[in-house]
Formats: sequence, C-alpha cells, structure tokens
Amino acid sequence: MSFVSYLIAGISLGSIYAIMALGYTMVYGIAKMLNFAHGDVIMVGSYVVFYGVNSYGLPPVVSIVISVILCTILGVVIEKVAYKPLRKAASLAVLITAIGVSYLLENLALLFFGSDSKAFPDVLGFPTISLAGGKLSIPGMTIFTIVVCIIIMVGLMIFIKRTRAGQAMLAVSEDKDAAALMGVNVNGTISLTFAIGSGLAAIAGVLLCSQYHVLNPYTGALPGIKAFTAAVFGGIGSIPGAFVGGLLLGIIEDLSSAYISSQLANAIVFAVLIIVLLVKPTGLFGHQIREKV
Amino acid sequence: MSMLEINDLQVYYGVIQAIKGISFHVEQGEIVALIGSNGAGKTTTLQTITGMLQPKEGNIIFEGKDITKVPGHEIVSMGMAHVPEGRRVFSQLSVLENLRLGAYTRRNKSEVEATLDRIYKSFPRLMERKNQLAGTLSGGEQQMLAMGRALMSQPRIVLMDEPSMGLSPILVQEIFRIIEEINASGTTVLLVEQNANKALSIADRAYVLETGSIVLEGKASDLLEDESIKKAYLGE
Repeated sequence: MSFVSYLIAGISLGSIYAIMALGYTMVYGIAKMLNFAHGDVIMVGSYVVFYGVNSYGLPPVVSIVISVILCTILGVVIEKVAYKPLRKAASLAVLITAIGVSYLLENLALLFFGSDSKAFPDVLGFPTISLAGGKLSIPGMTIFTIVVCIIIMVGLMIFIKRTRAGQAMLAVSEDKDAAALMGVNVNGTISLTFAIGSGLAAIAGVLLCSQYHVLNPYTGALPGIKAFTAAVFGGIGSIPGAFVGGLLLGIIEDLSSAYISSQLANAIVFAVLIIVLLVKPTGLFGHQIREKV
Repeated sequence: MSMLEINDLQVYYGVIQAIKGISFHVEQGEIVALIGSNGAGKTTTLQTITGMLQPKEGNIIFEGKDITKVPGHEIVSMGMAHVPEGRRVFSQLSVLENLRLGAYTRRNKSEVEATLDRIYKSFPRLMERKNQLAGTLSGGEQQMLAMGRALMSQPRIVLMDEPSMGLSPILVQEIFRIIEEINASGTTVLLVEQNANKALSIADRAYVLETGSIVLEGKASDLLEDESIKKAYLGE
C-alpha cells in the first residue's frame, strides 16, 4: 500500500506545482515573458496568511481571502511598475528585470519578516482519512489540495473558452495588434492575467505551507523554479500542459525520493525536464508557433 | 464635413520619417484607394489612423471628432474597423471565435447574432467552416474571415490593407466584388492596394503615395487614364 500513498502524496505535491505553473504559463502565454518573481509572490501570500492567523487571530479562511486579494494587487503592481515600461524592450531585459523583482521581494521579506523559518500552522486542519481498514491513511489536506487544483484548472478553462475576457486573452496571446484592432484593451488584459496568476499564487502558497509547515523568505524560490519547469515540461503557454506537467513533476519527485534517493529527487526532476526538452522541445502539450506571411 | 479627414500627418519610425505630411479626406459612401509601391507608406498611414502608431504631427478627424490621441482599442467602437495587412486572423481560434472577437465591443447579443447571420450570407464559406481553426483556412478564406471579422463591429468605415495580397486572380476578382458589395450596403471604404489597376477600377477617388508623400490625386477613372500612372503602377 505504500506505493499508493507515495503516489497520492506525489499527486498532491504535483497539484501545488500545477497551480503555480498555471500562473507561469498564463503570464507567458499572454505577455510572452517569464515572471520569475511568481515563486516569491507565493512566499508573500504565505506570510500574509501566517501573520493573519498568528498575529491578528483572524479565521484562516479570512486570512486566505486577504492573502489572495493582496497578492492579486501585488501582481498587478509588479506588472505595472516593472514590466509594462519594458513592453517593447528585448525579452532578455524583461527576464533580468523579473529576476531582479524576485530578489527584491526575497530581500524585502528578509527585512520585514526576518530570516528565521516560521512554523506554518496547519491552518485548514483537515482530519486524516483512513482507507482499506487502516492500511492506507491519507491526510485530508492532500485530498483538499488535489480537489482545489482540479477546480482551478477546470474553472480557468471554462473562463478562457466561455467568457469575453477569456477570449480577449487568447486574442492578445496570439497577436496583440490584431487584438487591439478588435477593441481589446491589451494592457488591461495583461493586468488581468497577472491578477489571476498572482491570486492563484496565494492559494498555492497556503497549500504548500500547510503541507510542509516551513515558511521563510526563500520558501517560494525552489517551488517557483519547479513550477516553471512543470510549465515548460507541459508546454509553456498551455493550460492543460501546466496541469499535466505539474502533476507529473510532483509524482516523479515524490516517487524518486521514496524509491531512489531523497537527495537525488531534485536532480532526477530536472534530468527528466532536460530529456523531455531534447525529445520534444515544445513540451508535452506545446505547439510550434509558425510564422505566416 | 468629410467622414474622415487626415491633416498634415507626419509619422516617424525612430529618426526615419515614413509619412511626410500627407493630407487627404474620405467622404461618406465612397471607396477611396491609396495606391503606391512598396514602402510608400500606405500601411503606415492606415496603422496611424487606427491608433497602432502615433503621429508626430498632424491630426485625424473622424466624423468631426479628433481621434489622433484616442487609444487604438477605443477606435473600433467609434465605428471604424481595420482589416490589417497579412489578414492577421487568430489562427489558434475557430472561424466563429474569430468572428465573435470582431464584435468584441458590442454588448447586445441578439444584434451580434443578426450581424453574424448577415456575414454568413455574404461569406457562405465561413459558415461551412465555422468550427475550423482559422489557421487551417486557405489564404482566400483567411482574407474573407479578416473582412467578416472587421464587419462584425458594424463599422461605418472600413480600412482595408492589401486585401488581394498573395491571392490567385480568381480570388482577387472575388475579393474586389465583395468590397464593392460592402460599399453598396452603405459602408465607406478606404482601400490600400498595390494592385493599382484593380483598386482604381472599383474606387471613386484615389491618392498616389510615393515615399511618404501624396504625389497625385483625383477621380479613380481619370487616374486609370493618366499616362504617368499607367507607366509607374499599371505596368503598361
């Protein structure tokens, strides 16, 4: 039964990567940039929940809602201040700015929250569920994480396919000028994308810290890189790709650390990425962008 | 009052002046052609009118309102649509989704559906392929889609940039017939074309653009007979 429980733990970890990867992939798909500060928004969101619950005694759900709102605002502000002025600049300049924003957030967190790790409480407090006569026990948080991830993913797909704003996103992602000719406010659409991605980052932060209980200014950094890996793995720009890429990455990481070596788990994860990119450079669900004349 | 008035328009790409102070006007109900060779500034002119580029000098008056500083995405809801060079359909979206994006600024669903029905009547091919991805259409079909998409906003004037580019002679014929039809139904047309012969044969008036300046203007029928035009643009 241990394989099944490792698998479920992997799916749960993968669900968190998937939610983060959705933020990466949407921003990339629409603004054509890698927002390396995404992982740090996760960290900021987690601190908001931590202080909301611990210092202000707010109910966890209220803290999470505040965290989502603040991260949404943070994401939009980062875009407006750091990325929008570079809309017409070379993509390398934007990439370096994004790395700069990432360090800025980490160092501001060091300054305000200190370098010591906080013990993140199990804010949601789900009970553990026993199955198969007690042979298999699954933490409620694990199941909750998987369910949240599926709801977010389906919700996003419906939003993009069915709503006016979603169609505007697709139009902007393919051709900004042509989208503007349709009357789509391109800057507004990019802001909305950052808002959604950063709001999701807050949720991912809570799920991450509720499972691993450690919160420090670098909490978001490595998961952020892995979520980026998941997005590339699945095919950057593709929403189902981010979902599948995240899940696979979580499962590979968890099974590697269970059966091979927990120290090698990360190395194996990134090795798999390299192999996938060698065999299929566009990722699992990515498609080649063809230039038409 | 002209429907569209361009006064002393000057546009730069960096330090290079692409449009050197041109003025022209389009009257309601007309087909006006802007002709000229590659690099004359025809596309730049259209892009400046619909706010994709900002002019350094001059102004653009549409139905009495100065739209020079209006952001590009607000212009379509004022009644002006632009069929861009190279069609620029959304290749990953279906034909129907492309058409609906054309009506992005319109909120009244039943009116949008009525326009959609009319577009399908004018372009039966689009109806047959409504669920197909736009990227899989042929060049002629993509041009029809780009035109249909622009008409979905119910414009009073439509700007068309090289609609015949890369199409076979039969399709060129078809596209120009459709442009005349669009005009006959009451939509003013500003047409940019390298195919001067065709453009002049359906236009009321025309302007000839050469390296950023208007060098000749007049009734299209007169320009068709003009010796210098014949030599430079009609290949005679």
